[in-house]
Amino acid sequence: MKTKSILAAAASLGVLTLGVLQATPAQAQAMQHSTEPPFSHEVFTGAVLFEKLEYGWGLDGPNIGRWDGQAWYGGDVNRVWLKTEGETSRNGTVEGAEVQLLYSRLLGYYWDFQAGIRYDIRPRPDRFYGVIGLQGLAPGMFEVDVQGFVSEKGDLSARAEVSYDAYITQRLVLQPNVEVNLALQKVPELGVGSGFNDVEAGLRLRYEFTREVSPYIGVSYERKLGDTARYARNEGEDVGGWAFLTGIRLFF
Amino acid sequence: MTNDKLSRRQALGLGVAALAFPAAPAALAQPAVGRAMPREFNLTLSHVTANITGRRRPAMAINGQIPGPALRFREGEEVVINVANRLREHTSIHWHGLILPSGQDGVPGISDGFQGIDAGSTHQYRFPLVQAGTYWYHSHSGLQEQSGIYGSIVIDPATPEPFGYDRDYIIQLSDWTDETPSHVIANLKRDPGYYNYNKRTLASLVGELRRAPDGAARSAIVSDRIMWGDMRMDPTDIEDVGGYTYLVNGHTPAQNFTAVFRPGETVRLRFINSGAMSHFDVRVPGLEMTVVQAHGNNVRPVTVDEFRIAPAETFDVLVRPRDGRQYQVLAESMGRQGFAQFSLATQEGLPALPLPPHRPRPVLTMADMGMNYGPKGLDRGTPMPEVDAPGHVAPMDMGGMDHSAMPMPAGGSQGMQHGAAGGMNHGSMAGMDHSSMAGMDHSAMPGMNHAAMSGMDHSGMQGMDHSSMAGMNHGNMPGMNHGAAGAGAMAGMDHGAMGHGGMGHGGMAMPDPLVNDVGAPPGARVLSYRDLRAARPLYPVREPTRIIEIRLTGNMERYFWSINGNSFSQAQPIQLHLGERARFRFVNETMMNHPMHLHGMWMMPQVGNGAENPLLHTVNIKPGSTVDVDIEADAPGGWAFHCHMLYHMETGMMRKVSVVSAPRTAAAR
Repeated sequence: MKTKSILAAAASLGVLTLGVLQATPAQAQAMQHSTEPPFSHEVFTGAVLFEKLEYGWGLDGPNIGRWDGQAWYGGDVNRVWLKTEGETSRNGTVEGAEVQLLYSRLLGYYWDFQAGIRYDIRPRPDRFYGVIGLQGLAPGMFEVDVQGFVSEKGDLSARAEVSYDAYITQRLVLQPNVEVNLALQKVPELGVGSGFNDVEAGLRLRYEFTREVSPYIGVSYERKLGDTARYARNEGEDVGGWAFLTGIRLFF
Repeated sequence: MTNDKLSRRQALGLGVAALAFPAAPAALAQPAVGRAMPREFNLTLSHVTANITGRRRPAMAINGQIPGPALRFREGEEVVINVANRLREHTSIHWHGLILPSGQDGVPGISDGFQGIDAGSTHQYRFPLVQAGTYWYHSHSGLQEQSGIYGSIVIDPATPEPFGYDRDYIIQLSDWTDETPSHVIANLKRDPGYYNYNKRTLASLVGELRRAPDGAARSAIVSDRIMWGDMRMDPTDIEDVGGYTYLVNGHTPAQNFTAVFRPGETVRLRFINSGAMSHFDVRVPGLEMTVVQAHGNNVRPVTVDEFRIAPAETFDVLVRPRDGRQYQVLAESMGRQGFAQFSLATQEGLPALPLPPHRPRPVLTMADMGMNYGPKGLDRGTPMPEVDAPGHVAPMDMGGMDHSAMPMPAGGSQGMQHGAAGGMNHGSMAGMDHSSMAGMDHSAMPGMNHAAMSGMDHSGMQGMDHSSMAGMNHGNMPGMNHGAAGAGAMAGMDHGAMGHGGMGHGGMAMPDPLVNDVGAPPGARVLSYRDLRAARPLYPVREPTRIIEIRLTGNMERYFWSINGNSFSQAQPIQLHLGERARFRFVNETMMNHPMHLHGMWMMPQVGNGAENPLLHTVNIKPGSTVDVDIEADAPGGWAFHCHMLYHMETGMMRKVSVVSAPRTAAAR
């Protein structure tokens, strides 16, 4: 189990994460003592969650498809995460698509420290990023995911996402969410300005037929901001607007 | 299940195997055995397909049945049990509650020299029976118990019991799920609220607000919701696992297991809770029950209307139905998800009586959480493993002191001059009765520690008005430590944050750690551990040599559980010295019940009955509560010690207890 978790750590982000690993008393202790009973074990499990798998009808803009999913595997404290999100544009071509591979370590009761790499397949040119993040449950039962990125060119950016599951009945759930992107430097070739790039807010009403499968409807509002909006206008692209959504949430 | 011819033939065949397992070590006096050849029992474990809910599902069975066969032993005899593993996986059988040599206890990797039973092989257990009563057996490997590897044990006493009865029934309660246990654990891991369809919702909020009598009540409802949200806890999380069908001796409620009686007879019901994750609240409308045995040990008979039985517990009760009608025995799950039920009737084959509506589901309150408002990240449960010395030791002072027996001159302070006792520790005053005290002055006590005053009864106190005491503002007391020594994690209530000045103890809303709120009608007698008095105490009263703090911890969000912040995979054994009397101070820092089970030795919860404190193999520790439990370490070897909620144990709430003869300082590493 120990080797497994260490392998997982090394696989995702060598130096950085190993530093964290060694600093913690738990691992240090586990290594010190060889009295571990032979049949003791940690339960290793995983899960896949597609929070968004949806199609949106733009009320004053183009229709879009969107996905946002994550998966994890691991033990109590150390886990590997895979996250992906992306968007398709009006003609079905993929406009943005990213994948993240992260090592995740439990910090405190409710929070995971995460670090790893992100690869943006779209938009072109494709680009690698280093990722550091914090994901967890904030007081009030808000799901929070905050990430900082440094691109292979050295550009710094960040993303914050907050959502809340309001149970109307035992199966009907209203989920408001907000996502904000910001950048420290402008990256014109990707159409990114400095400062706040965009904000996206959504309100999704899902029905949990089972915990695994819950179709939903909702509305979302998206808006590019500042220079990012200017770049988009120059490209003849939309800067955002309202959309009506239908989708399905999958959790396995 | 026992066939003399067969067993003799097999005894010959297994002669070599029997030699390979030396007889019980001399530590346990071998009783005089009437017959030269020990009686032999054969258990065969195999995969089966069970159909309990109407769906054919994979299960595991012993001798083809769920539960496995009832083993009927006699006190004083020696038995040989051959366990054949026809499963495709490793297994083990543990004899729950039996006092036997460590090597026969059946926990892989913990019991001395026992590494489990490989697929396809047969293991021979051999041990003497030094006790009588109702017990059970189950797999101690993975989650096999949930799949059906459990059965009952009845040991007939060598001497007549102090009570009589006409009929004798084993009532083995259990919980069955159509899901595979590994699926259940994966669901809990990815969403701890996966099975909870009784969450608080906006709809229920509207209902509550509508029913509230006034604005103050409405704002209390809203602020309670906000408080739980801030704590990131769910007060409706009473039972982790759902989708259970509750069984009596393997029978569903509709199949209506029937215990037959004739009017006027006394019927003995041997309740065994073999549920993996279920506490049951048991009652028989129209009949009272007299508890005569608890966990296999005779207790002074106590008559109750209802009792709660935690996983792994056993209670033997007598009922005396006078008329010939059909009685319904109800065992309602604590989270009100369902009933196990059976009938007491004058004939078999009657249809089940209709089940009553469920009692209200319990909802946890802040008091259940030990008045600890919010985790602030770190002080609720233990999120991360902490450094845990083997046998984490708290200093001993005033342990086991009985204040009611102290000479107490009325009005005089010299008899009870607590002010002089610097660093006084009230920790072990379980079951303390202050009712006969008069003129007690607590005012000048520095460093007072109230940590584990379980079962303290202040109600009858006279002349002890805390409100008028200067310096009895708990917030002002210097050096007062209510919680766990050393670690500083307070599971008990935090007096510092509460203005206690002027507050009488009678107004404190701390839940009694030993009283079960089963939702019974007013006036109903509900069994508590305090009602249990050992009919034949095994050990004289003596001071414990050490207090070992056992904080029950875990991470509900991640669904892993631990003791003192360490899951089993990270933990070291707790070392006890042969011959010592250790006091386990359980501090439940979680919001779940934890029935804690120690193998090989009796647990004596300090409920205030002195030498008659009951002898139990499993002690249920309620959320947010603190209970002291004494253990006479008289059985050398390695023993398992764990929560008997199966998925709590599997995800880490387990330790090895090593009873060693060489005294070692706990600080030695």
